[in-house]
Amino acid sequence: MKPRQRKFVYIIFALVALGTAVGLVLYALNDNISLYFTPTQVLNKEAPQGRGFRMGGLVVTDSVKRQSDGLTVHFSITDTAKSMPVVYKGFLPDLFKEGKGVVVHGKLEAGNVFRADEVLAKHDENYIAPEAAYAMKQAAKGQSAVNAASSVNAPITK
Amino acid sequence: MNWSEFFAMKGYAWYIWGSYGMALLIFIIEIVMVRHRKMLTLQQLQLMRNAEDDMT
Amino acid sequence: MAINWFKYSSPSTFYGVAGKMVPWFAWSAAILFVAGLYISFFVAPTDVQQSEAYRIMFIHVPASILSMFIYLVMAGYAALGLIFNTRLSSMMASALAPTGALLAFLSLWTGALWGKPMWGAWWVWDARLTSELILLFLYLGFIALHASIDDPRRADRASALLAIIGSVNVPIIYFSVQWWNTLHQGASVKFTGTSMHVAMQQGMYTMMLAVWLYAIAVSLLRVRCIILERECKAQWVSELVEVRR
Repeated sequence: MKPRQRKFVYIIFALVALGTAVGLVLYALNDNISLYFTPTQVLNKEAPQGRGFRMGGLVVTDSVKRQSDGLTVHFSITDTAKSMPVVYKGFLPDLFKEGKGVVVHGKLEAGNVFRADEVLAKHDENYIAPEAAYAMKQAAKGQSAVNAASSVNAPITK
Repeated sequence: MNWSEFFAMKGYAWYIWGSYGMALLIFIIEIVMVRHRKMLTLQQLQLMRNAEDDMT
Repeated sequence: MAINWFKYSSPSTFYGVAGKMVPWFAWSAAILFVAGLYISFFVAPTDVQQSEAYRIMFIHVPASILSMFIYLVMAGYAALGLIFNTRLSSMMASALAPTGALLAFLSLWTGALWGKPMWGAWWVWDARLTSELILLFLYLGFIALHASIDDPRRADRASALLAIIGSVNVPIIYFSVQWWNTLHQGASVKFTGTSMHVAMQQGMYTMMLAVWLYAIAVSLLRVRCIILERECKAQWVSELVEVRR
């Protein structure tokens, strides 16, 4: 083998070895790399006990209730399989909405209530114009597809 | 749509113009630095050449 | 007809070729920036979820994607230089690093300014954000390592190794949002299409092309400097018009 080819083989070999090593490390650290636990994981006691951690999921529709002090909020987070009640005192980010993604940091209290000290909103990767969103809502309400299509100025590619 | 409304960006002005401002700043700094580097290099080369000419 | 590629891989030929190419890339980048910004701010509609704040995307996504892409190109050039001992490829790798580092920084900066109003936090240690931060440090490490070794050929070899090893990080950045739970949303630009309004797509792709051409133009300018610095003893350099003055 020419020295040039040998060098090439070494580099490929090093990259494969390194990739495997990094892959194994990442696999082992899987739970630590994930930013949050799902309610199912929390209920299965996979989340750390007695110290703070993050939990994420969707805010359950119609679950958001504000206390009379105007700051304390009660809501539930679901991963569509299990859900978990959360109490939080403080300001909510602009994107916090029922049915939308959220990541909270805090501790699990007695009675399986999650007391949050930080609420972060998680938005999805879809970008939609207001008129298109309106059209989609109308279409969902059972209007004829023709009407909906004509009110969409620009089609949404999915 | 008027201009002040446009620049207000519905309350997100600081975040949006902060992002684009930094982008502009980075591009300008990079271009200025590369041009400066070219100038310095050429000056250096001219000095080297002049020194050679003096020797011969 | 065979083109003699090795002719173009000689620094003296490439110096001239690069000089002729720079204005083309620079001007098309400038035109595309104007067009891209016009589409991004005047054509693309307001987003339903994020209102106007989503417009940070038009600079954030191109900066992020190019910071990853430039790293791969840089590692590729560095590997070529290591295997074939071609001086020019190593010089190209060194020329790309500062541009990549600046774009990685811009990606983090715009990301922070986007994250604060939307998520409620400037920064979280989620997999996407952390791996992009590592990318910035890889660029800085590459530049620092190259600068710390006096002999340019040895500097090329050492930093090439770092660049090649670090390239493992790029797929991790891209797939982090699929592999782990992150606060960062999934990819809008996928191999299978996008989840975005058409005008928003046009704005984003125009901006991406503009940043791309800008990166090429500025790296070519930089590689010309590097060629002159490293070939300063060569005959052809002292015969250049710009040197002879």
